[in-house]
Amino acid sequence: MLPRAWTLGISAVALAAALVLMFTLTNFRLFQFSQVFIYAIALLGLNILTGFNGQISLGHGAFYAVGAYTTAVMIDQWNVPYGWTIPTAGLICLVAGFLFGIPALRLEGLYLALATFALALAVPQILKYFEHWTGGSQGIVLSKPNAPWGLPITPDQWLYLLTLAVLVVLFVAAANLLRGRTGRAIVAIRDNAIAAQSMGVNTALYKSLTFGVSAAYTGVAGALSAVTVAYVAPDSFDVFRSITFLVGIVIGGLASISGAIFGAFFIQFVPNWAQDISKAAPWAIYGVFLIGFMYAMPRGIAGSLRLATARWLRRRAEPSASAGGSRR
Amino acid sequence: MDTLIQQIVSGLATGGIYGSVALALVMIYQATEVVNYAQGEMAMFSTYLAWTLLNAGLPYWVAFFATLAIAFVGGLLLERILIRPVENAPVLTIVIVCIGLLVILNSVAGWVYSYIQKPFPSPFPSKPIQFGNIYFGAHDIGALGVTLVVLAGLYVFFRFTTLGLAMRAAAQNPVSSRLCGIRVGWMLAIGWGLAALVGAVAGMMVAPIVFLDPNMMAGILIYAFASATLGGFTSPGGAVLGGLIVGVVENLVGTYVSFIGTELKLTVALAMILIVLVVRPSGLFGRAAVHRV
Repeated sequence: MLPRAWTLGISAVALAAALVLMFTLTNFRLFQFSQVFIYAIALLGLNILTGFNGQISLGHGAFYAVGAYTTAVMIDQWNVPYGWTIPTAGLICLVAGFLFGIPALRLEGLYLALATFALALAVPQILKYFEHWTGGSQGIVLSKPNAPWGLPITPDQWLYLLTLAVLVVLFVAAANLLRGRTGRAIVAIRDNAIAAQSMGVNTALYKSLTFGVSAAYTGVAGALSAVTVAYVAPDSFDVFRSITFLVGIVIGGLASISGAIFGAFFIQFVPNWAQDISKAAPWAIYGVFLIGFMYAMPRGIAGSLRLATARWLRRRAEPSASAGGSRR
Repeated sequence: MDTLIQQIVSGLATGGIYGSVALALVMIYQATEVVNYAQGEMAMFSTYLAWTLLNAGLPYWVAFFATLAIAFVGGLLLERILIRPVENAPVLTIVIVCIGLLVILNSVAGWVYSYIQKPFPSPFPSKPIQFGNIYFGAHDIGALGVTLVVLAGLYVFFRFTTLGLAMRAAAQNPVSSRLCGIRVGWMLAIGWGLAALVGAVAGMMVAPIVFLDPNMMAGILIYAFASATLGGFTSPGGAVLGGLIVGVVENLVGTYVSFIGTELKLTVALAMILIVLVVRPSGLFGRAAVHRV
């Protein structure tokens, strides 16, 4: 593993690069990158649950939808400023995720995956049913917010900055959460639930809490997406969205914080590239990419990077070690 | 009363199709602990092949059996070529490969055959069958019959043949089976072939009802998941029974509970599954997983 200072250094360089990009990219590219940041938040949420805690969810599209609709309904029905709706969406999803996590305690592996899959399937239909609030299948149209405090930047630049800021805050929070006592408990439950319990970890509480936190991250991402896209409709939250999230964390790397960012880039840009390569069958190209990636990097991008750095660090350490051996 | 019986029978017919796809899922799951998300698309693709054969002028049953043979070989090759390289990778990696296969098959079918819906012939007469004053669709009855024949065939195969025994052994304990001289890798491949075959039957039986198009199996796959979950992923018979239950309940709820109608039909089926799972976490007929500590 890389020393902590290195990780911090790389993060700082990446952040600086992102800030420079804000003034050089076109509005459309800025929008695409905002999407990447939003996906990264959602993927981190799912990764906390699936990668670190070992609970597979195929239903995070549902929490994404709940977050997006919380924001959209609050703005549309009660004229709440969008800044307030984002934490509210996070809170609502935290509670929803925690409550869903309680019955999910009884389920493991495949059965949990299918139960969450059912959740993802049901949400678009339920959204259509409560037409009065959600606008049915028409959805809700919002307006893109301008930059506040008279900042001299375009709305797209502002949204880029906003999503980036939320991303940084949530990533730092997740890193701290996972590094400490709580994080060790979360990972211990994944590795051996019974051993964790006998060490005094309250597995039921931690598992449902992890579900809640994970849902909250995804809900915040959903809320941000409603603000940046300025439109929500039930059909954009279909099952495919949940499956895409799962693809994102596996391609990016399970149980890795940086993996969420790599995965987000993949699910945002690879479908577009596939479209450029073949207009006739873009998804076939996407599928080939998916399978190819899995063959080349069975543990995802972050997993391969981790292996490569471990090898590099060992090679760097080796000459000095052998020199020490010859002296003896 | 007549409507009730009619609805139950047509529910059993669609339930049989859900049950067959569920059975195909369970067969692969038992052998490899992987849910094959591409199962529905494999069935869809086989049905398109059958359509091509029929268009080339072959009689229905010749095309039917030729499709089954192609599907079997296709499933076998898919396992050997696509799944084998990631055999030892984490389960989620294999799941992603299956999802990749799903989008490829869907996209290629749309590219080759276009996304326009095509009618698919039924081998059964179009005239309804009458009992007293109740009418049944001949295709419904026929599809149910074909499904039951396939199930009986599989049961006989797994219960009474050496190959079937070897396959069950390979699924249950790969290491010991290998020590007994069973070629475990090939048993898995044959399992995929058989699952593709069962899927092809389901596809050809459902296509006359829903019409042939590249997305025709998406909804059915979801109901098949529901069926397999309900019956238990460790129980082939349970999966089929689960399919029949889901089919009948879906029909009855859609007909009799007015505020649900057709819009929330799927939601009700899913709620049912959630309830079953919370009460019986491994399905109605599944074995509870026992872990050694």
